[in-house]
Amino acid sequence: MKRIQTIETRDLQQSLKDGGCGECQTSCGVANQPCEHAKEQKD
Amino acid sequence: MIHQFKLHGYSVVLDVFSGSVHLVDDLAYDVIALYETTDRAELTRRMLEKYRDDPDVTVSSLEELYADIESLRAQKKLFTEDTYENVAVDWKARKTEVKALCLHVAHTCNLNCSYCFASQGRYHGPRALMSYETGKQALDFLIAHSGKRRNLEVDFFGGEPLLNWDVCKRLVAYARSREEETGKRFRFTLTTNGVLLDDEVTEFANREMHNVVLSLDGRKETHDALRKTPSGEGSYDCIVPKFQRFVEKRGGRNYYVRGTFTHRNAAFLPDLLHMADLGFAELSMEPVVCAPGDPAALTEEDFPVVCEQYEQLAAEMLRRERAGKGFRFYHYNLDLTGGPCLYKRLAGCGSGTEYLAVTPTGELYPCHQFVGEPAYRMGDVWQGVTNTALRDEFKGCSVYARAECKDCWAKLYCSGGCAANAMHASGSIRGVYEYGCRLFRKRIECALMLQVALREPQKTEEKEPV
Repeated sequence: MKRIQTIETRDLQQSLKDGGCGECQTSCGVANQPCEHAKEQKD
Repeated sequence: MIHQFKLHGYSVVLDVFSGSVHLVDDLAYDVIALYETTDRAELTRRMLEKYRDDPDVTVSSLEELYADIESLRAQKKLFTEDTYENVAVDWKARKTEVKALCLHVAHTCNLNCSYCFASQGRYHGPRALMSYETGKQALDFLIAHSGKRRNLEVDFFGGEPLLNWDVCKRLVAYARSREEETGKRFRFTLTTNGVLLDDEVTEFANREMHNVVLSLDGRKETHDALRKTPSGEGSYDCIVPKFQRFVEKRGGRNYYVRGTFTHRNAAFLPDLLHMADLGFAELSMEPVVCAPGDPAALTEEDFPVVCEQYEQLAAEMLRRERAGKGFRFYHYNLDLTGGPCLYKRLAGCGSGTEYLAVTPTGELYPCHQFVGEPAYRMGDVWQGVTNTALRDEFKGCSVYARAECKDCWAKLYCSGGCAANAMHASGSIRGVYEYGCRLFRKRIECALMLQVALREPQKTEEKEPV
């Protein structure tokens, strides 16, 4: 096996460009809220 | 900044500011830990010494590993610098738009739970039910102050909202009647103790409620010790069959069964697994919110016990998932590829800005946990937010506003934590609830390990069943 395996994650730097739409649900755990923008793109 | 940890046979490296997650072997784990602080020749010497019995660890294999690390650095996936503080400042200057309301339709309850943060649903005030007119005005306020936001959320909350169910239904109908004209899409949610759950409520909730929270604390003896009727009887036998029917009719989706654990059951895992064994697959189990001296409050002695529960829970979830009998625990549902953008991570829950609580008489508060605190009254649904200084205080309350968060590896997961918990623990919404921070970090480690493990074949080190 490779000594370092990188797991696919959302690039936070990139999210500065494609995020910020504000359509996501409010939260009372931030990190597990799916991004509404990404979800709608996927749908 | 990076964070490294080992759990259940998995060695994980989190690159904090890119969000990258790496699964590594022991050698890479050790090298990464020393990489930024140790001279390369010294690092090579130390690793060759430590792994002298491993024929695969050679000078050339170490050089290859160093090259991989440098490649990840160049791709901004390892040792990434923090460049977000100015983003947080800019974000503070944005126009405030409200996108969610927590409607306290009932400041009264048909249970008498001893640990209730809302003082048995009354929020330290008189019993009260929200009128339809007040609720309608709240929805009009939300529409008028939501700017370009399309998705609007409304929580029916209490107390026990089913004690004012007719008003809830009329408010849903009113909101639906305004969707087409305004271009808004309402998502309603309901939090209930289940006592009044019947076929009519189930049918309506399953048609109109985007999500439903069902309160259950676990095993009968745990639940009944704390969640009693006003006459002192336990409520487990009354609600569990109703919850099971409700979830079945809902198709097992868009709900969760939420428990609270206290000092009495800091070892909460048997209670959580009992809920899973009842057939509930969407679970949440939360530490109690109460004053430090309260008999229910978690103590320092409870801390290692709770952490062990979180670790065992992750192992058990992995085992059940591999056996095809998985369940979800909300704090472990990290969405690594489709999770929140950086702006969301900086802004946090939005309390006091894009999320407000509305009392039965139409007063506005930053969130449900501030209701009943006179200093945190923000206005009302007729005048709008009149305490703009308080709103600005919440607006600036990002993770970068707290000195305690500066060096915390989990800050882009918690966004600075819960303002209400911080206020109760430190007296300021810009403080931190340190005990909660420590629990949060443990949960995120478990969640990351679980997400990594689910992408991998089974390891022999994975723990045996609980």
